Amino acid sequence: MRALRPFDALVTLALALALCFLTLPVVAIFAGTRPGELVASLGEPGVLDALSLSLKATLAALVVIVVVGAPAAYVLATRSFRGRSAVITLVELPLVLPPAVAGIALLAALGPQGLLGGWLEDAGVRLVFETAGVIVALVFVAAPFFLSQAQAAFSAVDHTWLEASRTLGASEARTFLSVMVPSALPGLLSGLALAWGRALGEFGATLIFAGSLSGVTQTTPLAIYELFATDLTAALALSAVLVAISGALLLSVKLVGGRVAPGLLAR
Amino acid sequence: MRARKLLSEGEGAGLELRAELRLDAFELAIELAVPAGSCLALAGPSGAGKSTVLRIVAGLVRPDRGSVRCGEVTWLETEAGIDVPPELRHCGYVFQDYALFPHLKAWQNVAYGLRGEVRGRAERRRRAEALLERFGLAHLADAHPRTLSGGERQRVALARALAPSPRALLLDEPLTALDSRTRATATRELASVLREADVPTLLVTHDFAEAATLGDTVAVMAEGRLVQHGGAADLAARPVSAFVADFTGAVVLSGVARPGPEGLTLVDLDGGGDIASVDHATGPVVASVFPWEIALEPPGETRGGSPRNRLAVEVASVTPLGSRVRVGLEGVQPLAAEVTAASVRALGIAPGRTVVATWKAAATRLTSS
Repeated sequence: MRALRPFDALVTLALALALCFLTLPVVAIFAGTRPGELVASLGEPGVLDALSLSLKATLAALVVIVVVGAPAAYVLATRSFRGRSAVITLVELPLVLPPAVAGIALLAALGPQGLLGGWLEDAGVRLVFETAGVIVALVFVAAPFFLSQAQAAFSAVDHTWLEASRTLGASEARTFLSVMVPSALPGLLSGLALAWGRALGEFGATLIFAGSLSGVTQTTPLAIYELFATDLTAALALSAVLVAISGALLLSVKLVGGRVAPGLLAR
Repeated sequence: MRARKLLSEGEGAGLELRAELRLDAFELAIELAVPAGSCLALAGPSGAGKSTVLRIVAGLVRPDRGSVRCGEVTWLETEAGIDVPPELRHCGYVFQDYALFPHLKAWQNVAYGLRGEVRGRAERRRRAEALLERFGLAHLADAHPRTLSGGERQRVALARALAPSPRALLLDEPLTALDSRTRATATRELASVLREADVPTLLVTHDFAEAATLGDTVAVMAEGRLVQHGGAADLAARPVSAFVADFTGAVVLSGVARPGPEGLTLVDLDGGGDIASVDHATGPVVASVFPWEIALEPPGETRGGSPRNRLAVEVASVTPLGSRVRVGLEGVQPLAAEVTAASVRALGIAPGRTVVATWKAAATRLTSS
């Protein structure tokens, strides 16, 4: 066995520090919660509503993100056109917006007094203080995570596979569905996991744009914040539930992604 | 292969191509025609634009100006604004690295092109497996491409290209990715597939010997242009330029092999005469010799030593290649020798002069054709 070099010691220490710092708070949530409290916290008024709203709203947002985002990322990955880099930068902009700014920006664009407010009102669409508004906020903050991952995944697919598909009689649309998506699946799934995680934890934009109405716009993070003011134990318990759900989602997506990683989705 | 037609009986439609396309380093400008059932080998160094020609035919690249016709059907006519998308051209394309779909099993790869014409997954599977069986791959129908060897991948790619009864076959360096041992078998198999195919075939290769073995005619390309088009032996014997002479490398002679004395193989050349080789083969073969292995002697003179081939020939052309000279020779089959400028002077070699071309049996390579 060779001697531990100073550099090795240094990088190992850095990793240990990072690991401790990043996991300690999460561990603390569970350490501070007894199983009984965890179950009891689910009985608090509004808690189950918040959990179910979080799941429904994030799933709805993911559907929108995938249905619109996958073809959009495909265009960015396969076509070259003037202003392509500018478009990529613009769609990734929400990544760097502070969530509160994102909420205010959404209000300015889609709120009652916003740019499209009058037009939305004429169409009978209400977003503020509505579940639909939560979904809009989630899509806005989470979509860029999926878009950039999907674009990278599509770009990495060997383009001769797409050409082979075309010469075998498949249209571009069928090639997209039968070759492009299955080949890029691991990357698409990891983009999906990132977007889902971001949407589940979304707080600021939802609060400012859609409000915090229990059962309508109060997602789990908003419910945790409300409980935090009155009942720290319940807030901790609900946090533990959210961490468990998010962790399980992330893990399952990684597992599915790992299984199909070499691209083994049959059919 | 195995006595059955791999391709459905077509209308015997040939392929015609005319294309001009500005590329980074040069302008591609090419015109060629391939009759149905015939294979044109596009040969040339890497980067000559050979693959681009295939891609233009398949509809994957659109030239600045040009037309592509298959029989009566126009696939491309830039002046008329006609550009049929690749999925409607029905070209069987074998890509250089085979481009098998990694997420599909071997049979699913082969069945991929059948979705348009064969209803029902079970029937498509039956058809794909039948085709795999003809390529000796029935046992690998459920294997994924990454578990297959290079030779197996090449055969799956060929089966996939042939499955939907293509109107034209486009083969981009189909043998390059194979190791030399697999390549000999694969060449024989491919030659047999091409003999049966009654559609026009364009085969791209950077290896002149491969072009000579598989192509009915060979077109040499350099920097986007066709430099010379003709029979492989013609090209080797009568190169229009030093470039073609250099590129053709080996001289090729066709004939039928039979066992000869002392463990040698004798090849009865088409047109008469025989030559010896230390390679073992029987039946129709292509014998290849490098021109620099061929020496020229005045007629009537014989020297002893190791087994030598001797053919009486007439000098057809003399092309200087730097310090050496390429001498095109006319005999029962054309061939070429590469000798020093000094020996050209010493022997008084000039067009019309009769000489004897001689080379060792060990320098004669045999490829079954």
